[in-house]
Amino acid sequence: MVEKHTIIVTVLNSIGVLARVSGLLSQRGYNIESIIGAPTEDPNVYKISLVVEESDEHIEQIIKQLNKLIDTVRVMDISHKDNYIVREYIILKLEVKEKNRTDLFHLMQVFKANPIDVATDHVIMELAGTPRKIDRFIEMVRPYGIQEYIRSGEFAMAEYQLPKKGENKNGD
Amino acid sequence: MNGAEILIDGLKREGVDTIFGYPGGVVIPIFDVLYSTKDIKFLLTRHEQGATHAADGYARSTGKVGVCLITSGPGATNTITGIATAKLDSSPIVVISGQVATGNIGTDAFQETDMVGLTRSICKHNYLVKDVGDLPRIIKEAFYIARTGRPGPVSIDIPVDVANAKLKNYSYPETVSLPGYKPANKGNNGQVKKLADALAHAQKPLLYTGGGIISAGATDKLLQLIDKTQIPVVVTLMGLGSVPFDHPCFLGMPGMHGRVAANKALVDCDLLIAVGVRFDDRITGPRHTFATQATVAHIDIDPAEIGKNVKTDIPIVGDAKTVLQQLIEKVNPRSKNSWNERTEFWKEKYPLSYKNNGNDSVNPQYVIERLNEFVNDDSIIVTDVGQHQMWSALYCQYRHPRKFLSSGGLGTMGFGLPAAMGAAVANPDTQVVCISGDGGIQMNIQELATCAINRIPVKVIVLNNAFLGMVRQWQDLFWDKRYAQVCLQRGTDCPDECHGPSGNCPPQYLPDLVKVAEANGMAGYRAKTKAEVDEVLKKGLAEEGPVLMEFFVNREENVFPMVSAGKPLSDMMMGD
Ligand SMILES: Cc1ncc(C[n+]2csc(CCOP(=O)(O)OP(=O)(O)O)c2C)c(N)n1
Ligand SMILES: [Mg+2]
Repeated sequence: MVEKHTIIVTVLNSIGVLARVSGLLSQRGYNIESIIGAPTEDPNVYKISLVVEESDEHIEQIIKQLNKLIDTVRVMDISHKDNYIVREYIILKLEVKEKNRTDLFHLMQVFKANPIDVATDHVIMELAGTPRKIDRFIEMVRPYGIQEYIRSGEFAMAEYQLPKKGENKNGD
Repeated sequence: MNGAEILIDGLKREGVDTIFGYPGGVVIPIFDVLYSTKDIKFLLTRHEQGATHAADGYARSTGKVGVCLITSGPGATNTITGIATAKLDSSPIVVISGQVATGNIGTDAFQETDMVGLTRSICKHNYLVKDVGDLPRIIKEAFYIARTGRPGPVSIDIPVDVANAKLKNYSYPETVSLPGYKPANKGNNGQVKKLADALAHAQKPLLYTGGGIISAGATDKLLQLIDKTQIPVVVTLMGLGSVPFDHPCFLGMPGMHGRVAANKALVDCDLLIAVGVRFDDRITGPRHTFATQATVAHIDIDPAEIGKNVKTDIPIVGDAKTVLQQLIEKVNPRSKNSWNERTEFWKEKYPLSYKNNGNDSVNPQYVIERLNEFVNDDSIIVTDVGQHQMWSALYCQYRHPRKFLSSGGLGTMGFGLPAAMGAAVANPDTQVVCISGDGGIQMNIQELATCAINRIPVKVIVLNNAFLGMVRQWQDLFWDKRYAQVCLQRGTDCPDECHGPSGNCPPQYLPDLVKVAEANGMAGYRAKTKAEVDEVLKKGLAEEGPVLMEFFVNREENVFPMVSAGKPLSDMMMGD
């Protein structure tokens, strides 16, 4: 079944590690929908969150190939897993006409979107939430006229302690 | 000590005795240290590709890490084919390249190429050394990564200022710390048990083994397992030699140009035990048609290979040697049954065969059959890529691992000669024969000079069909004999369309390989008739130094058996 998977890759913070991860996916012909990498509480460790839309077999291959990278410490496919907090962030610029403004502000309140810049002809706002909530918000404000938006891509955190690499790397 | 001295010291500590390579501006500091180093032999090749394949041949023939050292920019890019070749055949080499000074990286400086970027997808791991303080650790890790787990090439890119930089308190690390790299060793006991049970119930078990057996040094274990269970075995191109060609259970190489018995067994088996193989498409044909009736067990050290191409019922991640030992302990002895009889019947019914025209023309297969009489079990045969490679794989009489070397995964023309040279340097007391084509030999022919000047006694055999034979065979069989750009004899006077040799072919074939050999200061012999074959082999192989023996073989001979691309293994062409 082809569907979106969110994969969290924990890697050593080495030169070019983000290129290694993204290069590996493109080299094998997989499409990355989003990828973000950032430092963590441990200066030696870097976390990469990526979203790919692929079949189950391909996902299995992606995870194994990612694990194979020397710098990879852990790979987790968190799709369909409980106990994960998944978030995304968006900055969005809307065209607003005078007559729509109250309506829009009301909608923003419901979604807890923050206005950043309010001008006579546009509003820039930010919103954090689950990817689903962000999708829904985009859908709701689309009729106002979206000028531009940028999404962070998904990132996530487990509520519990994760197993160490060997346990899922060797599959048996 | 400076970076260059640290590097050479590290290489010595890793047991490196030979480096293949080529100098250039940014690696002069390293070459300067080598200049006064006694315990490492440096072999100056004539091309960096030659150096990489030579390091690869050194590695394949010994199991030790092969090393090459080259300059930045064009030196570095010239190694790409060699690195990719080593990667696809899991051969452990370390490629050390010079790089422009760290301050110039990213400025398109003279002879700057992004080596780390270029090699990322074709090596097991790679490094750019930005600080001399990291160098000892990186050398240690590079060798460890190259030779452990599933072996493979590792590249180390060293900027010239790092090579010159001084490091106080240098010490070489004793151990590596790689939290992300833990090659598996022992297989899961439950899974091994499951496989042993499956074997107890199987009527038609088959072993399918490859290069992983050789990398793991698991040849003896494999033979022990076969001894105990009498399971017939098919061996891939990369695994040839791990089971003696005349072993009663050996069915030959499977796949596109595999033996009939091997392919029939793959089609019919009910339990397939794959060890150290990767279900390459040249072996499986269309994946959904492969071993459809079989329970598939796959033993491999690389978890990513399991289930990649073919659905696996019993996956076992582990080192082939260890897992085979576990399996030997768990399996019940098995005696030959009707399945064994059937495989033996196939072997007898479908022997290798070729048609001899009855005249004095030379069948390429005949040359290899005759060669078998002049080599011994210890001889190392290295092939290039093409028809001659398949004939070598089919007709050579290998009995031991690391004695048959060939570029399998990448299929790199030009591999043969430099790889044979590397193997000969690594095994000075062993006869090394390179079997090449008239196309492939010209791809790294410059290394004849390296062999001659260093008295590296490679015995080069060229099966000259004046064609890029393997491609011509496809055009012959599947493209209506439209021989587009495969004739090496073709000249300006030839008609636009040519469907094969005729009486009007240009008289000349270039280059005259015997003269090329002689120009390089080595002996050259040529056989044009069947009667001359033995004579040339005898004279050539008796030479002390390197020699080139050219055989004019039937121009349009095809390799059979053959399964066409896209066809299942059951669909074999036998030739005539
Ligand atoms: C570097 C490279 N280029 C192209 C090919 C495609 N190719 C495969 S076999 C072959 C012909 C080889 O000709 P030759 O060396 O004369 O050997 P023969 O098949 O005639 O025995 C070619 C062109 C290749 N494998 N490698
Ligand atoms: Mg040829």
